[in-house]
Amino acid sequence: MSTLAVQDHGVHHDHDHDHEHHHDTFLTKYIFSQDHKMIAKQFLITGITMAVIAMILSILFRIQLAYPDKSFPLLETLLGRFAPGGRLNPEFYLSLVTIHGTIMVFFVLTAGLSGTFSNLLIPLQLGARDMASPFMNMLSYWFFFIASVIMLSSFFIQKGPAGGGWTIYPPLSALPKAMSGSDMGMTLWLISIICFVASSLLGGINYISTILNMRTKGMDLWKMPLTIWSFFLTATLGVLSFPVLVAGLVLLIFDRSFGTSFYLSDIVLGGKIMPFEGGSPILFQHLFWFLGHPEVYIVIMPAMGIASEVMSVNSRKPIFGYHAMVYSLIGITVLSFIVWGHHMFVTGMNPFLGGVFMITTLIIAVPSAVKTFNWLATLWRGNIRFTPAMLFAIGMVSYFISGGLTGIFLGNAALDINLHDTYFVVAHFHLVMGSAAIFGMLAGVYHWFPKMFGKMMDERLGYLHFWITFIGAYLVFFPMHFMGLDGVPRRYYAFTEFESMKRWLSVNVFITWSAIMSAFAQVAFLCNFIYSIFWGKKATQNPWQANTLEWTAPVEHLHGNWPGEIPTVYRWPYDYSKPGAEEDFIPQTVPFSQTMSSNLPHDFEDNELGMQAHEQWVAANRANEEVK
Amino acid sequence: MGFKNLINYKKIAALFAVLLLCGTNVLMAQTTDATATAATDDAAKSAMWTGVGYYVLLFLLLCFGVAIIGRILKVYDLSNQLQNKKGIHWNNIMGVFCAVFLVVGGSAAYWSITVQGSMSLPEAASAHGVHIDEMFLTTTVLTMIVFVITQILLFTFLFIYRHSEKRRAYFLPHNNTIEKVWTIIPAIVLTILVVFGFFTWRTVTNSQQVKGDINIDITGHQFAWELRYPGKDGVLGRKNYRLTTALNNLGIDYKDRNSFDDLKADTMVIPVNHSIRLNINAQDVIHSVYMPHFRVQLNAVPGLPTFFKFVPTITTAEMRAKEDNPQFEYLVYCNKICGGGHYNMKKIVRVVTENEYQQWLLQQKPYLTDGLKKELKIADVSQQKSGVTNRLALNN
Repeated sequence: MSTLAVQDHGVHHDHDHDHEHHHDTFLTKYIFSQDHKMIAKQFLITGITMAVIAMILSILFRIQLAYPDKSFPLLETLLGRFAPGGRLNPEFYLSLVTIHGTIMVFFVLTAGLSGTFSNLLIPLQLGARDMASPFMNMLSYWFFFIASVIMLSSFFIQKGPAGGGWTIYPPLSALPKAMSGSDMGMTLWLISIICFVASSLLGGINYISTILNMRTKGMDLWKMPLTIWSFFLTATLGVLSFPVLVAGLVLLIFDRSFGTSFYLSDIVLGGKIMPFEGGSPILFQHLFWFLGHPEVYIVIMPAMGIASEVMSVNSRKPIFGYHAMVYSLIGITVLSFIVWGHHMFVTGMNPFLGGVFMITTLIIAVPSAVKTFNWLATLWRGNIRFTPAMLFAIGMVSYFISGGLTGIFLGNAALDINLHDTYFVVAHFHLVMGSAAIFGMLAGVYHWFPKMFGKMMDERLGYLHFWITFIGAYLVFFPMHFMGLDGVPRRYYAFTEFESMKRWLSVNVFITWSAIMSAFAQVAFLCNFIYSIFWGKKATQNPWQANTLEWTAPVEHLHGNWPGEIPTVYRWPYDYSKPGAEEDFIPQTVPFSQTMSSNLPHDFEDNELGMQAHEQWVAANRANEEVK
Repeated sequence: MGFKNLINYKKIAALFAVLLLCGTNVLMAQTTDATATAATDDAAKSAMWTGVGYYVLLFLLLCFGVAIIGRILKVYDLSNQLQNKKGIHWNNIMGVFCAVFLVVGGSAAYWSITVQGSMSLPEAASAHGVHIDEMFLTTTVLTMIVFVITQILLFTFLFIYRHSEKRRAYFLPHNNTIEKVWTIIPAIVLTILVVFGFFTWRTVTNSQQVKGDINIDITGHQFAWELRYPGKDGVLGRKNYRLTTALNNLGIDYKDRNSFDDLKADTMVIPVNHSIRLNINAQDVIHSVYMPHFRVQLNAVPGLPTFFKFVPTITTAEMRAKEDNPQFEYLVYCNKICGGGHYNMKKIVRVVTENEYQQWLLQQKPYLTDGLKKELKIADVSQQKSGVTNRLALNN
């Protein structure tokens, strides 16, 4: 969409929809908006709402785990028949676990994270007026919204929400009589997730086409910020793997409602012989994890991109090994499709297959290690500004290391025999994809809040929020490793039935109180977030002295992002603290001809004219110095 | 000005602490009262709401305290700026926090690993479990090295390179040599782990049926395990889920003569140092046979019979002596979400000497109970009849 025409009056630009934004109604501006910035905000606020709900659910079941014998009359007041006598019903406990997982993985860390920042940053960092298809973008949000409403509505039906775990393995999820959550709640879960996948695909296709087609002049792929690379690869992963999940879910719907036997065979439920024959429950697991594993990278890769960008800006240093960062992202993307079997080592799958999946799984640790080392090298000899966003990016790296290393245990089929489905797994993924991804998301919120709302967030509340959450999450998840190693299974309603698990009860109490503390820390964030939207300090155009294009757009949002011409890009986004430069950052829009003193021969690979100019300048300068 | 602030700050902090203490005292009194007078519903309800009210109040007080501290910091910052002094150096404070976190967090992690770590991973009581534990130890040592080094680097860098106006960051976009180094080193380490792990995995799972294996059938259903031992013939009879009745709850096929002497057991008793082949089934939903002491886990999948072979090496009596716990029992429990009773689906496993095992076997009752015999006789008769009619039909 870039054009060479020079326009000197600010507001007007050569855009077909120009006349529209002059008479925006409330409905078109805030509800059915097609503007990517507004859609990003819609995604963010819905995502945060869902996150708060899922967090409250987790506190409810944590209370149950810490005090399995106590009754809390308040719970009965709040939950009614799901907590008779103030104690959670065991099946409702499983529903809480299930919905907590589903909301966090899909609604918060997929839609809330990718949806918000892909929508906000892709056009702004690439120099596009809007997404390739704004209407599809709007549909994407509304499908997501409908999915959220359906998912939450399952709390209001007679038998309660789905309860078979977020992985909804059949036959448990396929037989409505197997547990109360597999009845109507499961139907709603399936409908909701299918809407969600529709949303995710509409969004993903849009992101990919925008990134491939709508970059501004000069923005070649190797000049894109790492955020965009990560959103691009995330969207690709989603577009290729989500349809497989839908296929799996449709077959499950058939099994549940139309009497087919894709996943069911040889079943006697409660003494009643069922007619199903010839299906395989393992088939569902293959289909599910073919999405399920890429899904965890869909969750973590945007967080990696955001952390890379935020760390580079706030260390005032170029990201170390930009190319290696991109290649490792690509490596993770490709490998993530061939590792799903590591979730199924102990399902009875052919042990040889288990061996193969173990090899591919452990290979994926190499690009992850490269990323970690590159982040550390980015910090080395930096000039680190501790904005809240920077702290959260650092937290992300710390969690990614801690949680990633335990992945080496779980990816090893032999070790997985003893660790599968224990608290070790819970600790592992909550650190590596739960906490790390949510910290990436929070880093993004703090960093791009000025871009989204034109206001600054309060830094000191941000610090408070960071430290309590960061320490709290470690306190919650670190001890869980040892419970898992002792053979304490996940998804247990109470550990009171086993003599050997009773000694972990005090640890459970500790974990619960740490979780409650971290949950209260989120109040600091929410207050900060809401307060700053309305009464925050006004933001300047480039509050973080960053190089990327979004900071060249005016603080006031306008349809089309830039008044007048879209800026042209001349350099990569990471020229921070370049020796010889006047300031410690050079935005992407500054041509090399304006920064002769800081240019390096490296900047002119594949650019002979530029190289000649650079050599001439160097020669002239040297002559000057000799004269002096 | 700054001094005044300090006094102010201390006063408020003290006030806050007093309030907090009062709050908790009242709350504690309230909760004890609540339990004592829970006789009437109304009293309990109001007690509950007062309890909630106090928690809310406490939290609001905490928020208030935070707000006051924030305000004071702001005033302090502004007054400093008025006097042309620099404000609070948040970058320095955060840098110090990072260093403190490294030290405190590191010692906390060390405490957790030594104290809680020693509570976990019980001694392996099976032959293959020892191999798995060796693998575990290797992985732990390697990952722990990486964990310590990277976390130390991360937080010391943050402390050392915190922002300063006087300095500029070192422009270092890439360095191919060092990048190659830290791609290749993890690759080598992981290759070691992959190779080691692959062979461990193959030895654990490469289990051919060998003569002399004790076959034990374990079947999961909501929410219990059923055990079936082969009788004298050492062979388990066939099963067919369609034959399931109230008495024949496993659907054992009595047309197969091997079924007649199959035994029913309440406890999984197994002889030490003898190869056990667990045949794993499920009737309704997926369950998982999990025996952490033996490092055994395999899902029980309806329609997909699986098996796991292992050799127990420590008897229950020996383990009781080792653990110094006369109540100790090995357990098998369910480790795949299977419904409301998932958390309580266990069977005791007892490892005994060969002699004790044989004696125990003699005391076990066969599956084919009198009631079941009666039921099956009727079935036999009807089958014969249908056989006769078939023959008649053929004759025609």
